[in-house]
Amino acid sequence: MTSFLFNRRTLIAAGGAAAATVMSGLLVPARARGLAPTGSMRGGSNNYRPDAPIVDRIGGGGFWMSGTVRRAGDGAPLAGQRIQIWAHTTEGHERDWHSHGATLTDANGVFRLEMPQIVPAFGQAHGHLAYDSGEFETVFLRPVMASSKDTSLEAHFVLQPA
Amino acid sequence: MRRVRAALIWAALSIALAVPIAAAAMSPLLAWRDPVYITAGFAGIVAMALLLVQPLLAAGYLPGLAALRGRRVHRWIGAMLVAAVVIHVAGLWITSPPDVVDVLLFRSPTPFSAWGVIAMWALFATALLAGLRRRVRLRWRTWRVAHTSLALVIVLGSVVHALLIEGTMETLSKAVLCGLVLAATVKALAHLRVWSGRAASR
Repeated sequence: MTSFLFNRRTLIAAGGAAAATVMSGLLVPARARGLAPTGSMRGGSNNYRPDAPIVDRIGGGGFWMSGTVRRAGDGAPLAGQRIQIWAHTTEGHERDWHSHGATLTDANGVFRLEMPQIVPAFGQAHGHLAYDSGEFETVFLRPVMASSKDTSLEAHFVLQPA
Repeated sequence: MRRVRAALIWAALSIALAVPIAAAAMSPLLAWRDPVYITAGFAGIVAMALLLVQPLLAAGYLPGLAALRGRRVHRWIGAMLVAAVVIHVAGLWITSPPDVVDVLLFRSPTPFSAWGVIAMWALFATALLAGLRRRVRLRWRTWRVAHTSLALVIVLGSVVHALLIEGTMETLSKAVLCGLVLAATVKALAHLRVWSGRAASR
């Protein structure tokens, strides 16, 4: 039979471990913080042109950029938010003005903008999106396409009030 | 027989260099890039191809270019490598300055770029070391180990850089070129016995 005895050594070890656990915050009860805001991605703001006009479609279209915009915390969809979009496409480089356009979210916080096919540039097929309208904190996203043959790409924003 | 062998070696090398460049020249991506961006990309591809020639020259494998002649050509190609990398980075800078700034500061979201930057600095350091070798009276052995170590960083950095990129290079020909560069480097290193401290017969 094995017996378990507390001696000085085990007591000190157990006490120390318990103290470390509490101090490190592992035993703090879960906080109901809700939906965390989206952070900007590295390189997200590269070749950003502020104030891209709201358009029905960027260039000839054929590729769909879509996503959602929600409020941090309660996750409520945000309607009428302006999302700016640009990428290296079959019709132009990222830096070209005609590669840039913006659209507004609908009542469900969903946006969807047709644009030319995104093609790999600087080693990856990727797009750029920005929320930069002032009411909420600015966020720049740079989603990468799983395959450069994809004809759509999604990006989602969770914004916190500025 | 020696003539035939020499011709075969040169033919094989020419094919190894020409095929990946020709395949890249047929890339559909070229249609959607301006001349500066295309030049920048091809400067990188040419540098990758030249990287295959360097270990072959260093080990004296190329017919007619053994010993001193080979070393002179090795030096010239080293200078061309520096020029190619400068054109590569400058062209990318013109195409998209913020992306290149991010890459040079190691804060780019693309994993391959850091490998390229490391290889670039190793290449510049090699050129500097080769240029200053006489002036700073570098001991032969020190020079050899330093040059070989930097060469390894250049080769490994460039190969990883190239393989992770989705660009104008065609996937298979790119992988084969990278494999050849690695194999030639390893073979030359083993042949020259750089780490053993003794000079190998060339």
